[in-house]
Amino acid sequence: MNSEKRFIGTFEKGSSLWGDAWVRLSKNKLALAGLGLVIFFCGVSFLTPWIAPYGYEEQNLVLGASPPSSQHLMGTDIFGRDLLTRIMYGGRISLFVGFIATAVALVIGISWGAIAGYLGGRVDAFMMRVVDILYALPFMIFIILLMVVFGRNILLLFFAIGAVEWLTMARIVRGQVMSLRKQEFVESAYAMGLPRHIIIIRHIVPNALGPIIVYATLTIPNVMLLEAFLSFLGLGIQPPQSSWGLLINYGVETMEEYPWLLIFPGLALSLTLFALNFLGDGLRDALDPRTSID
Amino acid sequence: MLEVKNLKIYFHTRNGITKAVDDVSFSLNAGETLAIVGESGSGKSVICHAIMDLLEKPPARIESGSITLGGENIFDCTKQRMRQLRGNDIGMIFQDPMTSLNPNLTIGEQLIEPLIYHSDPDKRIGRRDSRLRAIGLLSEVGIPDAKNRIDNFPHQFSGGMRQRVMIAMALIGEPRLLICDEPTTALDVTVQTQILELIKKLQAKQRVGIIFVSHDLGVVAGIADKVLVLCDGVAMESGKTEDIFYKTKSQYTRSLLEAIPSGGKPGKEFVATGTPLVETSNLSIIFNGGSGSGESDVKAVDDISLQIYPGEILGLVGESGSGKSTLGRSILRLIPPQKGKVIFEGNDLTNLSHSELIRFRRKMQMIFQDPYASLNPRMTIYQTLAEPMLHHGMAKQEDALEKVLQLMDEVGLEHRHIHKYPHEFSGGQRQRIAIGRAISIKPDFIVADEPVSALDVTIQSQILGLIMNLVERHKITMLFISHDLSVVRSVTDRVAVMKSGRVIEDGKTEQLWQIPQDAYTKELLKSIPIADPRSERRRLLMNRNKKKGSDF
Repeated sequence: MNSEKRFIGTFEKGSSLWGDAWVRLSKNKLALAGLGLVIFFCGVSFLTPWIAPYGYEEQNLVLGASPPSSQHLMGTDIFGRDLLTRIMYGGRISLFVGFIATAVALVIGISWGAIAGYLGGRVDAFMMRVVDILYALPFMIFIILLMVVFGRNILLLFFAIGAVEWLTMARIVRGQVMSLRKQEFVESAYAMGLPRHIIIIRHIVPNALGPIIVYATLTIPNVMLLEAFLSFLGLGIQPPQSSWGLLINYGVETMEEYPWLLIFPGLALSLTLFALNFLGDGLRDALDPRTSID
Repeated sequence: MLEVKNLKIYFHTRNGITKAVDDVSFSLNAGETLAIVGESGSGKSVICHAIMDLLEKPPARIESGSITLGGENIFDCTKQRMRQLRGNDIGMIFQDPMTSLNPNLTIGEQLIEPLIYHSDPDKRIGRRDSRLRAIGLLSEVGIPDAKNRIDNFPHQFSGGMRQRVMIAMALIGEPRLLICDEPTTALDVTVQTQILELIKKLQAKQRVGIIFVSHDLGVVAGIADKVLVLCDGVAMESGKTEDIFYKTKSQYTRSLLEAIPSGGKPGKEFVATGTPLVETSNLSIIFNGGSGSGESDVKAVDDISLQIYPGEILGLVGESGSGKSTLGRSILRLIPPQKGKVIFEGNDLTNLSHSELIRFRRKMQMIFQDPYASLNPRMTIYQTLAEPMLHHGMAKQEDALEKVLQLMDEVGLEHRHIHKYPHEFSGGQRQRIAIGRAISIKPDFIVADEPVSALDVTIQSQILGLIMNLVERHKITMLFISHDLSVVRSVTDRVAVMKSGRVIEDGKTEQLWQIPQDAYTKELLKSIPIADPRSERRRLLMNRNKKKGSDF
C-alpha cells in the first residue's frame, strides 16, 4: 500500500474502451434522450408508492369513467380509479418484469453460452442441442402449461419469459466466445497456465460484453411486449394489480367510448420501447470499436 | 507525367489536427519507378490514396498543393472524370492479395468488368473480346494455363498467384501510372523475388510510371530509380536511389539503413553442453482435412526431432505454411501432438492433462507476432503484467505494484503509463508489454513466434535488442521463429530450416549461411533482398540468368 502512495501522483489515467464508448454514446443525442427517459421512468416507478396521487385500488364509482381533468390528469377508468396512478403502478410491474426477466436471461445465457463456446467439442454440441430443443417448443404452450401446473404468479412469469429469452442470448455469447477463444491474448493466457474459469471470467467475458449489453437493451422491450401480450391474453398479471399490457387490454375494450383509457397506457409503453430501442442502437454504435471516436 | 507539388493533407480529428502529409513534392516520368519509403504512419499510403482520390474526407482535408497527372489537376476533376482516370490511367496493387479480390466472383469476371463497363463508350468492348484480352494478360503475368484458370475463384490460387492476378487487374486498363502499395509484404521471399521481377518486366514493356510504396529498403534498392523518404508526413530526403543509399544526407535515412539487421549474432559461439532443455522426438501433427478417409489431411508437422540446449537460441525459418508456428505451439502443448513426444527438462509433456501441465506452464512462455491481438484490450498494463505473477505466486497483492514497475523498467516502459490500456500504445510499446508479460514469471524457455514481423525496422531493431538483452540476463533458452532470414541470422546460434512440415536442414547459423547444403535453403538465402543497390541488382541479375539457364 505504501508503494501505491509513493507512485500515485505520477501515473496517468488511461482511457479504457468503456470510457471511449461513453464518449461516443454521449455524442448520440437520440440515445442519450433514450437513456434519460429510461432513467426517468425507472425513477418514477420506484417512487410510485410515495408520489402517486391516489391509491391504485381507490375507486370512485360515482365518478365513473371521466376524461382528463385537473383532478385526474389522465382521466379515470370505469370504476373511477385514477388512470395516472394505475399507469404508474402498472409501469412498476412492466419495467420490473422487463429488467428482471432480462437479468435472468443474461445470467443463464452468458454462463451457458460461455461454457459451451469455450469448451467446444462434444460439450458444446450437447449444450447447443439442448438450446435447439427448447427453441423448438412452442412458447405459448410452454407458458400455458406452466400457468396450469403452477398457477398464476408473477415470479413464474419472470421465470417463463427469462427461460425463453436466454436461448438467443446463449447463442450470441457462444458465437462471441468461439471467436475470442482463437484470439492470441486468450492463447497467451492459456500458455500462462491460468485456470479455465479465470480465462473465461477475466479474458473472454469482458470482451464479449459489448454485443451482450446491446442485445440486453433490446431484450428488455421484447420482454415488456411479451408481458403485455400475456396479460392481454389473460395469462399474465391479474387485477386489481395492473401492468401496461393489462391497461391497454381494458383500453381496447372501451376504445370507442373512453379513448383516453387506451391512449395513455399505449403512450407510456411505446415511449419506453422507443427509448430502449434508441439506447440499444446507440450502444451498438458506441461499443463497436470500428466506429471511430470522431 | 505525374507531378505532386507542395501537397499538404491534414486529418482533423477530435484530438486535434494530424499532419499526415506535410509539404511533399515529387515528380515521376513514364517508365520510371519512384519508391516511397517510410515507417507506418509516415503518410506514404495517404499520398497514394490522394492520387487515386480515395481519401475519406472528412477527416482528411487537402490543405494545399496539387497533383497533376499528364497536365491535368486531379483536385479539379469531377467525380465522373476521376472515375475515368481510375479506370484508364491509374492502376493500383494492394498489399494483401487475400482480401483485395472478391471471393464470390471468378477472376475472369473481375478482370473483364472494367472493360465491359468502361466509362468511355468508345473503349467499351464485348464480353468475348475482353475475355480473350484477359486470358492474354493472365498468361503475361505468368499464370500457367490461363485459358482454364480464368474461370477459377480467388481461393483456388496461392498468395503469389493472386498477387499476379491483382497485377493483371491493375494493368488491364493499360494505365500510365501504377501504384504499388507494399505489393510483396504479405508474400514469402521466394515469391517476392518473382513478383518484383514481373513488375519490372511489365514496366519495361508498357512504359508505365510506378509509385512503389515499401518499408523494405532491400526491395527498394533493387527496383527503384528514385527514392522519397518520408517521416511523419515530411519528406526527409529524395533523390536517385544510388544517392540515397551511398550519399545519404538525412540522419533519419541513415538510421533506417542502420536498423536493417545484418551479419551474425555478436559474442562468443554457443557451445551446447549437458542434456537438452527441450526436445521433440518424431513429433507429428496432422490437421484433419475433413474428408474422413484421411486424403485431405495436412501434415503440418511431420516427424520432427529437435533438441534445444540450455541457453541456446534456435532459429526456425521457413515460408508460410511450412508448419513452423505449429511446431512452436505444439512444443508448448498449445496444440496436442498426434505422434511423438515433447520432453521438457527430462519430463515427457505429451500425455499430461491440463491441470498437470500448469506446473510446467510457468517455465515456458510464448511471445506472439501481433502485439495488437496478444494483449487483452480491456486490461491495463498493471493488470496485464501483474496477473501472471499473482497467479503463480511470484508476487503478492502488496508488492505487485513494485514488481510491475520493476518489470516495466526492464522492458523499457515509462512508469506513468501503468494504468493505460493497450490501444493507447504503439506497436513497439505493445510488444514491450507482451514481452514483459512473458518474462514476468521468469520462464526458462520462450517460444518467440515472429516477434518483430509486425514492427517497423527501427522499432524492430530496438525490440530485438531488448529480447537479446533479456535472454542473456535471465539465461533464457529460446526458439525464435521467423520468416525474415536476416533477423534470424542476427540473433540465433543455430538454425533449422522447415519446409512442408519437415526440417530439411539444421546447423550452426553462420555455417549454414556460408555453406548451405540443401537446394531449398540455397534458394531461400538467395531470395533475401540486400539493402544496397549495386549488390541487390547484381543479385537480381544472377537470379534471372540462372533462371533462364534452367528454363531452357
